[in-house]
Amino acid sequence: MINERELIAQLQNGLPLVSRPYAEIARQINSSENEVIEYIQLMQERGDIKRFGIVVRHRLLGYTSNAMVVWDINDDKVDELGQCFGQFDFVTLSYRRPRHLPDWPYNLFCMIHGRDREDVLNKLQVLINNCHAENIPHSVLFSKTCFKQRGAVYIQNSRTKETA
Amino acid sequence: MSIASIHQHNTQIDELEQIQYILNQFQHNLPVSCTPYADMASQLGMQEEALLELLRELKSSKIISRIGAVFKPNRVGVSTLAAMAVPENRLEAVANIISAYPAVNHNYEREHHFNLWFVVTAETSQKLNNILENMQDKTGIMILSLPMEKDYHIDLGFPLQLVEYKTK
Repeated sequence: MINERELIAQLQNGLPLVSRPYAEIARQINSSENEVIEYIQLMQERGDIKRFGIVVRHRLLGYTSNAMVVWDINDDKVDELGQCFGQFDFVTLSYRRPRHLPDWPYNLFCMIHGRDREDVLNKLQVLINNCHAENIPHSVLFSKTCFKQRGAVYIQNSRTKETA
Repeated sequence: MSIASIHQHNTQIDELEQIQYILNQFQHNLPVSCTPYADMASQLGMQEEALLELLRELKSSKIISRIGAVFKPNRVGVSTLAAMAVPENRLEAVANIISAYPAVNHNYEREHHFNLWFVVTAETSQKLNNILENMQDKTGIMILSLPMEKDYHIDLGFPLQLVEYKTK
């Protein structure tokens, strides 16, 4: 029986760059290559794994600017707008989140990546035009200093290394 | 430009095009077979060892952070997006306190009254709340916790355009 927690911890760290990476992971968690492969496929089918592949660092590839754009939209309109934003390939996230009144009135968040501020603002304009968001109050939070960035680590164990 | 330097320049563009192609092909759908790199290499018309060597280089130069799984939020453990309004003169110190928590992955300064934004993950919501309370105690700053309620789109892989001008 495969230990799911240990397998997830391994997959968070990333596949080893060897010819048989799943066999290597299996060795680490006392399982078999077949079991590891089948369990990854199961997690993909269940939708637990959203994406399986190369994770790049956008900042180092020249995508130095990103903005979190937050919107204050009526609760009965939020699904429509969130789905519309999600169709554009430069939008990497589109989430509904709770408001915290009075400090925080915004309930829809989307992330736009670009080469510079102008690029991001142009893409935002594309969203506004295509999703008819001209009159929806929003705020653009450009990123400044990146203090830490790495893959999410939900499960801490001795093999989970910090790679900030 | 000498012929040698033009040749070198074109070789660099070829390499960049190859890297761009690999990154765009395999941000999704990494083969889940016994020999995923050999499968990728054959799709790319490369030798497995050459691909592994290239991936190692991209990893050591930190262009690739890892090759692996992005899990759906809240399927495996719980997470929240947290925000703090930190006085400018304390920003770096507070950011360092927050980054030191292993439960924090992203931690960014953003242009807003709420100027520090970070993602906190934990195995259970009880543990997550304990971490947030601990952070508030340590910094004396209130945390706005904004967990995802609905996911319209998560990808984090998008088409990269690395080669803009091809001079050949």
